[in-house]
Amino acid sequence: MDDSQSKQRPVAPGDSPALLLGGLRKAFGDVVAVDGLELQVARGECFGLLGPNGAGKTTTIEICEGLTTADSGAVELLGLNWQTGADELRQRIGVQLQETQFPEKLTVEETLRLFRSFYRRGLSVDDSIRTAQLEEKRAGRVGTLSGGQKQRLAMACALVGDPEMLFLDEPTTGLDPQARRHLWDLVDALKQAGRTIILTTHYMEEAERLCDRVAIMDHGRVIAQGSVPQLIASIGAEHIVEFAVAERERHEVNIASLLAIPGVQSHRVDAGLHQLSVIELHTAVPAIFAALDQQRLTLSEFRTHSATLEDVFVNLTGRTLRDE
Amino acid sequence: MNNLEKSSLFQLTSARFRLYLREPEAIFWTFVFPILLAIGLGIAFRNRPADVLPVGATTPLLTQALAADKGLTATNLDEAAGTHALATGQILLLAVQQPAGVAYKFDDTNPDARVARLVADRAIQTAAGRREALSVKNDLVHEAGARYIDFVVPGLLGMNLMGTAMWGIGFSIVDARQKKLLKRMVASPMPRWQFLASFLLSRLVLLVLEVVFFLGFARLAFGVPFRGPLWELAFLCILSSLVFAALGLLVSSRARTIEAVSGLMNLVMMPMWILSGIFFSASRFPAVIQPLVRALPLTAANDALRGNMLQGLSLGQMIAPVAILLAWALAAFAVSLRIFRWR
Repeated sequence: MDDSQSKQRPVAPGDSPALLLGGLRKAFGDVVAVDGLELQVARGECFGLLGPNGAGKTTTIEICEGLTTADSGAVELLGLNWQTGADELRQRIGVQLQETQFPEKLTVEETLRLFRSFYRRGLSVDDSIRTAQLEEKRAGRVGTLSGGQKQRLAMACALVGDPEMLFLDEPTTGLDPQARRHLWDLVDALKQAGRTIILTTHYMEEAERLCDRVAIMDHGRVIAQGSVPQLIASIGAEHIVEFAVAERERHEVNIASLLAIPGVQSHRVDAGLHQLSVIELHTAVPAIFAALDQQRLTLSEFRTHSATLEDVFVNLTGRTLRDE
Repeated sequence: MNNLEKSSLFQLTSARFRLYLREPEAIFWTFVFPILLAIGLGIAFRNRPADVLPVGATTPLLTQALAADKGLTATNLDEAAGTHALATGQILLLAVQQPAGVAYKFDDTNPDARVARLVADRAIQTAAGRREALSVKNDLVHEAGARYIDFVVPGLLGMNLMGTAMWGIGFSIVDARQKKLLKRMVASPMPRWQFLASFLLSRLVLLVLEVVFFLGFARLAFGVPFRGPLWELAFLCILSSLVFAALGLLVSSRARTIEAVSGLMNLVMMPMWILSGIFFSASRFPAVIQPLVRALPLTAANDALRGNMLQGLSLGQMIAPVAILLAWALAAFAVSLRIFRWR
């Protein structure tokens, strides 16, 4: 690391960004996990790192958490850095890692009392149990918790030091939809309390639901960042029309005639499902129907939705988030 | 919350202690197993002086002569059957009638067989009319401290100190590493030394329980002597436990899986089970490998424990084994702290 980064800037707490990453690079052997990453997160923001598996999200967040050292680049959190302010930083951030298994034979309360003892100040064990809505499991052993409850315990352990900044690495991976919504409500409540939250996810619904701003990562780089509406606007179309035709007519769709319709921006087809990105849905849809009718095609499916981050990712990379 | 509850060292230690107590298998290996072993060995070796030695003979006359001695049970066998019985360990000696006298078949490397040879010869010579040249009488002594059980109890104690410290520490650390708990702890402000210290502290608490329990049992059931100062015995137990805790830490400092650490544990402990004089004296091994045998930490621990309990030696008289233990503890701690993998 060069000199300018190891020197701490003389800033009053509060006026520096919560997180500042500059030119971050990390390789594991031949594999470049993070490749020149630049990010800035303001205090009080909920920021999402979105990307497919292997995009470098976890490496990035572990560098921020001080668990991995970057090969080069600058990391600054709350105006501090890991070289000179590690002890202070660990007191002020909360961390939830992927795949931590807490000791199965300790109870929820014992686990939280243990983690609470590491912090100089923080929530009471009772408050953290209440925040994570684990009251009924308070005396239960960790081994008896459901997946969602284990994840909420991990959140409670991250919260018990009353952190200014919270890092959540794939907080809802592997959870059922109900447990996922439950956890989203919990993150919402933490946002309201003004904490800075940085989370990674490969679920675009999660990023859309929770994050003020999102950085889309692919191959160790940020390929787009901004608020969700901004990112969606960047593809130049607010709506997606999806349709499919009867099996035997699949190869007869005339794509050029669809692209000629005013308002249709682009077309792609994935497993028989045609996707058109469209502006001004109200004029484009009748024209699409007319064009398909003219080609004597039988529609088997037709729907529209507002463009999502998934569509942004597809637009940028030509792949879906779920391609692995 | 009071101050103790706020102390992370206290919380780490009590969590460790709870986790141990909630593991029934660990309780068995620490408390029940050594006692079962002591009972088994105690029974096996206490009855030994009353044992009669099984022998065989090829003629009824010889069988009768052998059976006349209280130290022998004799069976009449033909030579082929007798040789087979000898080979399978059913008899220790076969007396074969020959034209010129009697031939004894036995294995002279087996101490029991050599005794059987002496007793059998005496019985046959007596039956043939030999007179003793000198009148003798036996005065039997069964003194505590000189029996096999007295020898084996300090050995079992040493073995147990090794097993509980190494497994207790090595397993838990690798388990925490495998479950990414170690990484999670390191991401918190927990002082790292406290995590390791909590293992040593909970080990010391358990040590008191297991040593008092085992030695108390050995005292009450077998009357095993404690001839040296008790506080020095306590010091030796703590020192031995620290040595094996350090070795456990060393073995687990890089291993990522339970399978890997189990293999390493056995690699480290196996030579000591064999060489370090748990069940028989380590001095039985050839002189060439004695320096190696003496340098093993379990040999030093067993020598020091026996020196204290059986011979009543003070620490000052056992500088060599104590120095060996200290050297192992320091070296193993130093190396493992250097190479310890926190993720």
